[in-house]
Amino acid sequence: MDRKEEILRISGVNVRKCMRCGKCSGTCPSYDEMEFHPHQFVYMVESGDIEPLLNSDSLYKCLSCFACVERCPRGVEPAKVVEAVRLAAVRQKGNNHLKAENVPELLDDETPQQLLVSAFRKFTK
Amino acid sequence: MIYSYYPGCTLKNKAKDLDRYARLSAQALGFTLEEIENWQCCGGVYPMAKDEIATKLSSVRALADAKAQGRDLVTLCSACHNVLKQVNNDMLTDEDIRTRANNYLKLDEEYCGETKVIHFLEVLRDVIGFDKLKEKVVNPLTGKKIAAYYGCLLLRPGKVMQMDNPENPKIMEDFIRAIGAEPVIYPMRNECCGGYVALEDKEAAAKRRNAVASSASGFEAEMMVTACPLCMYNLNKNDSDVPVYYFTELLAEALGVKDN
Ligand code: SF4
Ligand code: SF4
Ligand code: SF4
Ligand code: SF4
Repeated sequence: MDRKEEILRISGVNVRKCMRCGKCSGTCPSYDEMEFHPHQFVYMVESGDIEPLLNSDSLYKCLSCFACVERCPRGVEPAKVVEAVRLAAVRQKGNNHLKAENVPELLDDETPQQLLVSAFRKFTK
Repeated sequence: MIYSYYPGCTLKNKAKDLDRYARLSAQALGFTLEEIENWQCCGGVYPMAKDEIATKLSSVRALADAKAQGRDLVTLCSACHNVLKQVNNDMLTDEDIRTRANNYLKLDEEYCGETKVIHFLEVLRDVIGFDKLKEKVVNPLTGKKIAAYYGCLLLRPGKVMQMDNPENPKIMEDFIRAIGAEPVIYPMRNECCGGYVALEDKEAAAKRRNAVASSASGFEAEMMVTACPLCMYNLNKNDSDVPVYYFTELLAEALGVKDN
Protein backbone atom coordinates (compact mmCIF):
# COMPACT_ATOMS: atom_id res chain seq x y z
CA MET A 1 0.00 0.00 0.00
CA ASP A 2 0.97 3.56 -0.62
CA ARG A 3 2.87 5.04 2.33
CA LYS A 4 0.68 8.09 2.62
CA GLU A 5 -2.47 5.98 2.63
CA GLU A 6 -0.93 3.76 5.28
CA ILE A 7 -0.14 6.72 7.58
CA LEU A 8 -3.59 8.22 7.09
CA ARG A 9 -5.24 4.90 7.86
CA ILE A 10 -3.17 4.19 10.99
CA SER A 11 -3.59 7.71 12.38
CA GLY A 12 -7.21 8.28 11.47
CA VAL A 13 -6.25 11.94 10.96
CA ASN A 14 -7.65 14.19 8.25
CA VAL A 15 -4.51 16.17 7.38
CA ARG A 16 -6.45 18.41 5.00
CA LYS A 17 -8.07 20.14 7.96
CA CYS A 18 -4.71 21.75 8.83
CA MET A 19 -4.49 25.48 8.16
CA ARG A 20 -0.75 25.64 8.91
CA CYS A 21 -1.01 28.07 11.78
CA GLY A 22 1.92 26.42 13.56
CA LYS A 23 0.29 26.41 17.00
CA CYS A 24 1.06 22.72 17.47
CA SER A 25 4.76 23.34 16.89
CA GLY A 26 4.70 26.48 19.00
CA THR A 27 3.43 24.52 22.00
CA CYS A 28 5.51 21.37 21.45
CA PRO A 29 7.88 20.79 24.40
CA SER A 30 10.27 18.89 22.13
CA TYR A 31 10.51 21.66 19.55
CA ASP A 32 14.28 22.17 20.02
CA GLU A 33 14.93 18.45 19.76
CA MET A 34 13.02 17.88 16.52
CA GLU A 35 14.27 18.53 13.00
CA PHE A 36 10.66 18.13 11.80
CA HIS A 37 8.01 19.76 13.95
CA PRO A 38 4.41 18.60 14.39
CA HIS A 39 2.99 20.95 11.75
CA GLN A 40 5.64 19.69 9.34
CA PHE A 41 4.63 16.09 10.02
CA VAL A 42 1.08 17.00 9.10
CA TYR A 43 2.05 18.93 5.97
CA MET A 44 4.65 16.44 4.76
CA VAL A 45 2.22 13.56 5.14
CA GLU A 46 -0.38 15.54 3.22
CA SER A 47 2.07 16.13 0.40
CA GLY A 48 3.27 12.51 0.42
CA ASP A 49 6.79 13.42 1.50
CA ILE A 50 7.06 10.53 3.95
CA GLU A 51 10.57 9.06 3.60
CA PRO A 52 12.37 11.92 5.41
CA LEU A 53 9.97 11.53 8.32
CA LEU A 54 10.38 7.75 8.47
CA ASN A 55 14.13 8.17 8.80
CA SER A 56 14.10 11.07 11.22
CA ASP A 57 15.08 10.96 14.87
CA SER A 58 12.21 13.38 15.51
CA LEU A 59 9.98 10.30 15.72
CA TYR A 60 11.60 9.39 19.02
CA LYS A 61 11.57 12.90 20.49
CA CYS A 62 7.80 13.23 20.70
CA LEU A 63 6.69 13.01 24.34
CA SER A 64 3.08 11.97 23.66
CA CYS A 65 2.11 14.92 25.83
CA PHE A 66 -1.03 15.75 23.80
CA ALA A 67 -0.27 19.48 23.93
CA CYS A 68 -0.54 19.72 20.13
CA VAL A 69 -3.79 17.73 20.21
CA GLU A 70 -5.28 19.99 22.87
CA ARG A 71 -4.22 23.25 21.29
CA CYS A 72 -4.77 22.71 17.58
CA PRO A 73 -7.61 25.06 16.61
CA ARG A 74 -8.72 22.71 13.83
CA GLY A 75 -8.81 19.45 15.77
CA VAL A 76 -6.14 17.87 13.56
CA GLU A 77 -4.44 15.83 16.33
CA PRO A 78 -0.84 16.02 15.06
CA ALA A 79 0.46 13.60 17.74
CA LYS A 80 -1.50 10.84 16.01
CA VAL A 81 0.33 11.55 12.76
CA VAL A 82 3.70 11.42 14.54
CA GLU A 83 2.71 8.13 16.19
CA ALA A 84 1.51 6.65 12.91
CA VAL A 85 4.80 7.45 11.16
CA ARG A 86 6.73 6.09 14.14
CA LEU A 87 4.75 2.86 13.98
CA ALA A 88 5.27 2.58 10.25
CA ALA A 89 9.01 2.92 10.93
CA VAL A 90 9.35 0.47 13.82
CA ARG A 91 7.07 -2.11 12.19
CA GLN A 92 9.65 -2.57 9.46
CA LYS A 93 11.64 -5.69 10.24
CA GLY A 94 14.79 -5.10 12.29
CA ASN A 95 13.89 -1.46 12.82
CA ASN A 96 13.20 -1.38 16.55
CA HIS A 97 14.43 1.89 17.96
CA LEU A 98 15.14 0.44 21.39
CA LYS A 99 17.20 -2.73 21.71
CA ALA A 100 16.65 -4.82 24.85
CA GLU A 101 20.40 -5.40 25.24
CA ASN A 102 21.01 -1.65 25.50
CA VAL A 103 18.46 -1.13 28.24
CA PRO A 104 20.43 -2.13 31.40
CA GLU A 105 22.92 0.71 31.02
CA LEU A 106 20.05 3.21 30.75
CA LEU A 107 18.57 2.28 34.13
CA ASP A 108 19.20 3.61 37.59
CA ASP A 109 17.89 2.52 40.99
CA GLU A 110 14.78 4.65 40.72
CA THR A 111 13.70 3.96 37.14
CA PRO A 112 9.95 3.29 37.28
CA GLN A 113 8.46 0.30 35.40
CA GLN A 114 6.23 2.80 33.66
CA LEU A 115 9.21 4.30 31.85
CA LEU A 116 10.38 0.93 30.59
CA VAL A 117 7.03 -0.38 29.45
CA SER A 118 6.15 2.87 27.73
CA ALA A 119 9.52 3.03 25.97
CA PHE A 120 9.05 -0.50 24.65
CA ARG A 121 5.53 0.23 23.59
CA LYS A 122 6.53 3.37 21.74
CA PHE A 123 9.83 2.33 20.25
CA THR A 124 9.50 -1.37 19.38
CA LYS A 125 7.24 -3.90 17.67
CA MET B 1 -18.46 2.94 49.37
CA ILE B 2 -16.43 0.33 47.48
CA TYR B 3 -14.56 1.09 44.28
CA SER B 4 -12.79 -1.21 41.89
CA TYR B 5 -9.17 -0.14 41.88
CA TYR B 6 -6.51 -0.41 39.20
CA PRO B 7 -3.11 0.15 40.86
CA GLY B 8 -0.84 -0.41 37.86
CA CYS B 9 2.58 -2.00 37.72
CA THR B 10 4.63 0.92 39.04
CA LEU B 11 2.56 1.26 42.21
CA LYS B 12 3.44 -2.33 43.02
CA ASN B 13 7.12 -1.52 42.80
CA LYS B 14 8.90 1.84 42.62
CA ALA B 15 5.84 3.88 43.55
CA LYS B 16 4.57 1.85 46.52
CA ASP B 17 4.13 5.04 48.54
CA LEU B 18 1.63 6.48 46.08
CA ASP B 19 -0.51 3.38 46.60
CA ARG B 20 -0.01 2.85 50.34
CA TYR B 21 -0.85 6.42 51.35
CA ALA B 22 -3.90 6.35 49.10
CA ARG B 23 -5.24 3.22 50.78
CA LEU B 24 -4.60 4.60 54.27
CA SER B 25 -6.30 7.87 53.35
CA ALA B 26 -9.27 6.12 51.73
CA GLN B 27 -9.80 4.14 54.91
CA ALA B 28 -9.72 7.31 56.99
CA LEU B 29 -12.22 8.92 54.63
CA GLY B 30 -14.56 5.94 54.62
CA PHE B 31 -14.17 4.36 51.21
CA THR B 32 -12.54 1.16 50.06
CA LEU B 33 -10.29 0.49 47.10
CA GLU B 34 -10.75 -3.09 46.03
CA GLU B 35 -8.02 -4.15 43.67
CA ILE B 36 -9.43 -5.87 40.58
CA GLU B 37 -8.27 -9.43 40.07
CA ASN B 38 -5.56 -10.37 37.61
CA TRP B 39 -5.09 -6.91 36.18
CA GLN B 40 -2.27 -6.50 33.70
CA CYS B 41 -0.08 -3.50 32.98
CA CYS B 42 -1.80 -0.99 30.74
CA GLY B 43 1.44 -0.33 28.84
CA GLY B 44 2.02 3.15 30.21
CA VAL B 45 1.12 5.06 27.07
CA TYR B 46 -2.17 5.19 25.18
CA PRO B 47 -1.88 3.47 21.78
CA MET B 48 -3.17 6.20 19.48
CA ALA B 49 -3.14 4.15 16.28
CA LYS B 50 -6.48 2.99 14.92
CA ASP B 51 -5.08 -0.43 14.03
CA GLU B 52 -3.59 -1.15 17.48
CA ILE B 53 -5.98 -3.57 19.17
CA ALA B 54 -3.79 -6.02 21.14
CA THR B 55 -2.12 -3.19 23.06
CA LYS B 56 -5.52 -1.95 24.25
CA LEU B 57 -6.79 -5.29 25.56
CA SER B 58 -5.31 -5.22 29.06
CA SER B 59 -7.16 -1.96 29.66
CA VAL B 60 -10.39 -3.36 28.25
CA ARG B 61 -10.13 -6.40 30.55
CA ALA B 62 -9.78 -4.15 33.58
CA LEU B 63 -12.69 -2.00 32.45
CA ALA B 64 -14.88 -5.04 31.84
CA ASP B 65 -13.96 -6.46 35.25
CA ALA B 66 -15.15 -3.28 36.98
CA LYS B 67 -18.35 -3.41 34.92
CA ALA B 68 -18.97 -7.00 36.04
CA GLN B 69 -18.63 -5.85 39.66
CA GLY B 70 -20.99 -2.98 38.94
CA ARG B 71 -18.49 -0.45 40.22
CA ASP B 72 -16.63 2.64 39.11
CA LEU B 73 -12.93 2.08 38.43
CA VAL B 74 -10.51 4.22 40.44
CA THR B 75 -6.97 4.97 39.30
CA LEU B 76 -4.03 6.77 40.91
CA CYS B 77 -1.14 6.78 38.45
CA SER B 78 -1.73 9.59 35.94
CA ALA B 79 -0.52 7.38 33.12
CA CYS B 80 -2.83 4.45 33.93
CA HIS B 81 -5.65 6.93 34.26
CA ASN B 82 -4.91 8.41 30.86
CA VAL B 83 -4.60 5.02 29.15
CA LEU B 84 -7.71 3.48 30.72
CA LYS B 85 -9.80 6.54 30.11
CA GLN B 86 -8.74 6.94 26.49
CA VAL B 87 -9.21 3.24 25.74
CA ASN B 88 -12.60 3.38 27.40
CA ASN B 89 -13.50 6.29 25.16
CA ASP B 90 -12.52 4.19 22.13
CA MET B 91 -14.76 1.37 23.33
CA LEU B 92 -17.60 3.82 23.67
CA THR B 93 -17.17 5.80 20.46
CA ASP B 94 -15.11 3.83 17.92
CA GLU B 95 -17.17 1.02 16.46
CA ASP B 96 -14.28 -0.64 14.66
CA ILE B 97 -12.06 -0.79 17.76
CA ARG B 98 -14.99 -1.93 19.89
CA THR B 99 -15.88 -4.76 17.53
CA ARG B 100 -12.35 -6.00 17.10
CA ALA B 101 -11.51 -5.82 20.81
CA ASN B 102 -14.65 -7.75 21.68
CA ASN B 103 -13.88 -10.35 19.01
CA TYR B 104 -10.52 -10.96 20.63
CA LEU B 105 -11.69 -11.04 24.20
CA LYS B 106 -14.88 -13.11 23.84
CA LEU B 107 -16.24 -11.88 27.16
CA ASP B 108 -19.54 -13.26 28.47
CA GLU B 109 -21.04 -9.89 27.79
CA GLU B 110 -19.73 -7.41 25.20
CA TYR B 111 -17.87 -4.46 26.65
CA CYS B 112 -18.95 -1.14 25.16
CA GLY B 113 -17.37 1.51 27.38
CA GLU B 114 -19.90 1.32 30.23
CA THR B 115 -17.44 1.69 33.12
CA LYS B 116 -16.82 5.07 34.67
CA VAL B 117 -13.10 5.66 35.18
CA ILE B 118 -12.34 8.11 37.96
CA HIS B 119 -9.08 9.35 39.34
CA PHE B 120 -8.56 9.31 43.13
CA LEU B 121 -8.50 13.11 43.07
CA GLU B 122 -11.97 13.08 41.51
CA VAL B 123 -13.22 10.85 44.31
CA LEU B 124 -11.94 13.45 46.77
CA ARG B 125 -13.61 16.29 44.87
CA ASP B 126 -16.84 14.72 43.64
CA VAL B 127 -17.68 12.05 46.22
CA ILE B 128 -16.08 13.11 49.51
CA GLY B 129 -16.02 16.83 48.69
CA PHE B 130 -13.10 19.12 49.51
CA ASP B 131 -15.14 20.81 52.28
CA LYS B 132 -15.71 17.48 54.00
CA LEU B 133 -12.07 16.55 53.48
CA LYS B 134 -11.05 19.77 55.17
CA GLU B 135 -13.13 18.86 58.20
CA LYS B 136 -11.29 15.55 58.51
CA VAL B 137 -7.83 17.11 58.45
CA VAL B 138 -6.08 16.78 61.82
CA ASN B 139 -2.60 17.98 60.81
CA PRO B 140 -3.14 20.89 58.43
CA LEU B 141 -0.06 21.80 56.38
CA THR B 142 -0.49 25.42 57.39
CA GLY B 143 1.69 27.95 55.59
CA LYS B 144 3.27 25.43 53.19
CA LYS B 145 3.50 26.79 49.65
CA ILE B 146 2.82 23.88 47.35
CA ALA B 147 2.96 23.78 43.56
CA ALA B 148 0.57 21.31 41.94
CA TYR B 149 2.13 19.58 38.97
CA TYR B 150 -0.49 18.28 36.55
CA GLY B 151 1.87 17.42 33.72
CA CYS B 152 0.17 16.17 30.58
CA LEU B 153 -1.67 13.01 31.35
CA LEU B 154 -4.30 14.01 33.89
CA LEU B 155 -5.74 16.76 31.73
CA ARG B 156 -5.21 15.94 28.07
CA PRO B 157 -6.90 15.42 25.75
CA GLY B 158 -9.42 17.54 27.65
CA LYS B 159 -12.34 16.29 25.58
CA VAL B 160 -11.71 12.73 26.76
CA MET B 161 -10.19 13.18 30.22
CA GLN B 162 -12.84 15.68 31.40
CA MET B 163 -11.19 16.07 34.79
CA ASP B 164 -10.86 19.81 34.77
CA ASN B 165 -10.24 22.82 32.54
CA PRO B 166 -7.14 21.62 30.64
CA GLU B 167 -5.61 25.10 30.44
CA ASN B 168 -6.59 26.43 33.85
CA PRO B 169 -7.21 23.48 36.17
CA LYS B 170 -7.92 23.82 39.86
CA ILE B 171 -8.61 20.36 41.26
CA MET B 172 -5.12 19.97 42.74
CA GLU B 173 -5.04 23.55 44.03
CA ASP B 174 -8.38 22.95 45.76
CA PHE B 175 -6.92 19.76 47.21
CA ILE B 176 -3.92 21.71 48.52
CA ARG B 177 -6.25 24.23 50.17
CA ALA B 178 -8.28 21.43 51.72
CA ILE B 179 -5.22 20.04 53.49
CA GLY B 180 -4.51 23.50 54.88
CA ALA B 181 -1.65 24.57 52.61
CA GLU B 182 -1.31 27.37 50.09
CA PRO B 183 -1.34 26.52 46.37
CA VAL B 184 1.23 28.15 44.09
CA ILE B 185 0.06 28.93 40.56
CA TYR B 186 2.90 28.87 38.01
CA PRO B 187 2.95 28.74 34.22
CA MET B 188 4.48 25.28 33.72
CA ARG B 189 2.05 23.34 35.88
CA ASN B 190 0.35 21.73 32.88
CA GLU B 191 3.36 21.48 30.57
CA CYS B 192 5.15 18.20 30.05
CA CYS B 193 8.24 17.36 32.15
CA GLY B 194 9.78 15.21 29.41
CA GLY B 195 9.45 12.01 31.43
CA TYR B 196 8.79 9.72 28.48
CA VAL B 197 12.25 10.26 27.00
CA ALA B 198 14.06 9.98 30.34
CA LEU B 199 15.30 6.52 29.38
CA GLU B 200 17.22 7.34 26.26
CA ASP B 201 17.41 11.11 25.91
CA LYS B 202 18.49 12.12 29.37
CA GLU B 203 19.50 15.59 28.25
CA ALA B 204 16.11 16.46 26.80
CA ALA B 205 14.37 15.10 29.91
CA ALA B 206 16.66 17.22 32.11
CA LYS B 207 15.89 20.33 30.11
CA ARG B 208 12.13 19.88 30.43
CA ARG B 209 12.17 18.94 34.11
CA ASN B 210 14.40 21.88 35.05
CA ALA B 211 12.13 24.26 33.15
CA VAL B 212 9.15 22.99 35.17
CA ALA B 213 10.90 23.03 38.55
CA SER B 214 12.47 26.46 38.08
CA SER B 215 9.07 27.82 37.04
CA ALA B 216 7.62 26.49 40.31
CA SER B 217 10.47 27.73 42.45
CA GLY B 218 10.38 31.12 40.69
CA PHE B 219 6.86 31.47 42.10
CA GLU B 220 8.22 30.54 45.52
CA ALA B 221 6.99 26.99 45.80
CA GLU B 222 8.55 25.03 48.66
CA MET B 223 7.53 21.71 47.18
CA MET B 224 5.70 20.14 44.26
CA VAL B 225 3.03 17.45 44.25
CA THR B 226 2.28 14.93 41.54
CA ALA B 227 0.13 11.86 40.88
CA CYS B 228 2.53 10.33 38.37
CA PRO B 229 5.47 8.01 39.19
CA LEU B 230 7.21 9.04 36.00
CA CYS B 231 6.92 12.75 36.79
CA MET B 232 8.20 11.89 40.26
CA TYR B 233 11.21 10.07 38.88
CA ASN B 234 12.09 12.76 36.41
CA LEU B 235 11.26 15.85 38.49
CA ASN B 236 13.08 14.53 41.54
CA LYS B 237 16.37 15.17 39.77
CA ASN B 238 15.63 18.88 39.26
CA ASP B 239 18.43 21.42 39.59
CA SER B 240 16.35 23.86 41.65
CA ASP B 241 16.22 21.34 44.53
CA VAL B 242 12.46 21.60 44.84
CA PRO B 243 11.31 18.47 46.71
CA VAL B 244 8.56 16.45 45.01
CA TYR B 245 5.86 14.46 46.83
CA TYR B 246 2.98 12.24 45.86
CA PHE B 247 -0.25 14.02 46.67
CA THR B 248 -1.34 10.94 48.62
CA GLU B 249 1.57 11.27 51.02
CA LEU B 250 0.54 14.81 51.97
CA LEU B 251 -3.07 13.66 52.21
CA ALA B 252 -2.17 10.85 54.62
CA GLU B 253 -0.07 13.25 56.64
CA ALA B 254 -2.88 15.79 56.89
CA LEU B 255 -5.34 13.06 57.88
CA GLY B 256 -2.96 11.85 60.57
CA VAL B 257 -2.69 8.33 59.16
CA LYS B 258 0.74 8.49 57.55
CA ASP B 259 2.43 6.24 60.09
CA ASN B 260 -0.41 3.73 60.45
S1 SF4 C 1 -2.13 23.51 15.11
FE1 SF4 C 1 -3.45 22.27 13.85
S2 SF4 C 1 -4.04 23.60 12.20
FE2 SF4 C 1 -2.31 24.59 13.19
S3 SF4 C 1 -0.57 23.81 12.05
FE3 SF4 C 1 -0.81 22.42 13.72
S4 SF4 C 1 -2.10 20.84 12.89
FE4 SF4 C 1 -2.26 22.51 11.49
S1 SF4 D 1 2.56 15.12 21.51
FE1 SF4 D 1 4.58 15.08 20.62
S2 SF4 D 1 4.42 16.40 18.91
FE2 SF4 D 1 2.65 16.84 20.12
S3 SF4 D 1 3.29 18.54 21.38
FE3 SF4 D 1 3.71 16.71 22.55
S4 SF4 D 1 5.80 16.23 22.07
FE4 SF4 D 1 5.15 17.69 20.53
S1 SF4 E 1 0.62 3.44 33.60
FE1 SF4 E 1 2.32 2.76 34.19
S2 SF4 E 1 2.16 2.20 36.16
FE2 SF4 E 1 0.28 2.52 35.39
S3 SF4 E 1 0.01 0.36 34.80
FE3 SF4 E 1 0.38 1.38 33.11
S4 SF4 E 1 2.45 1.10 32.98
FE4 SF4 E 1 2.01 0.47 34.86
S1 SF4 F 1 6.38 13.75 30.76
FE1 SF4 F 1 6.08 14.09 32.82
S2 SF4 F 1 4.23 15.07 32.83
FE2 SF4 F 1 4.39 14.47 30.84
S3 SF4 F 1 3.38 12.60 31.09
FE3 SF4 F 1 5.29 12.13 31.27
S4 SF4 F 1 5.70 12.05 33.30
FE4 SF4 F 1 3.81 12.98 33.14
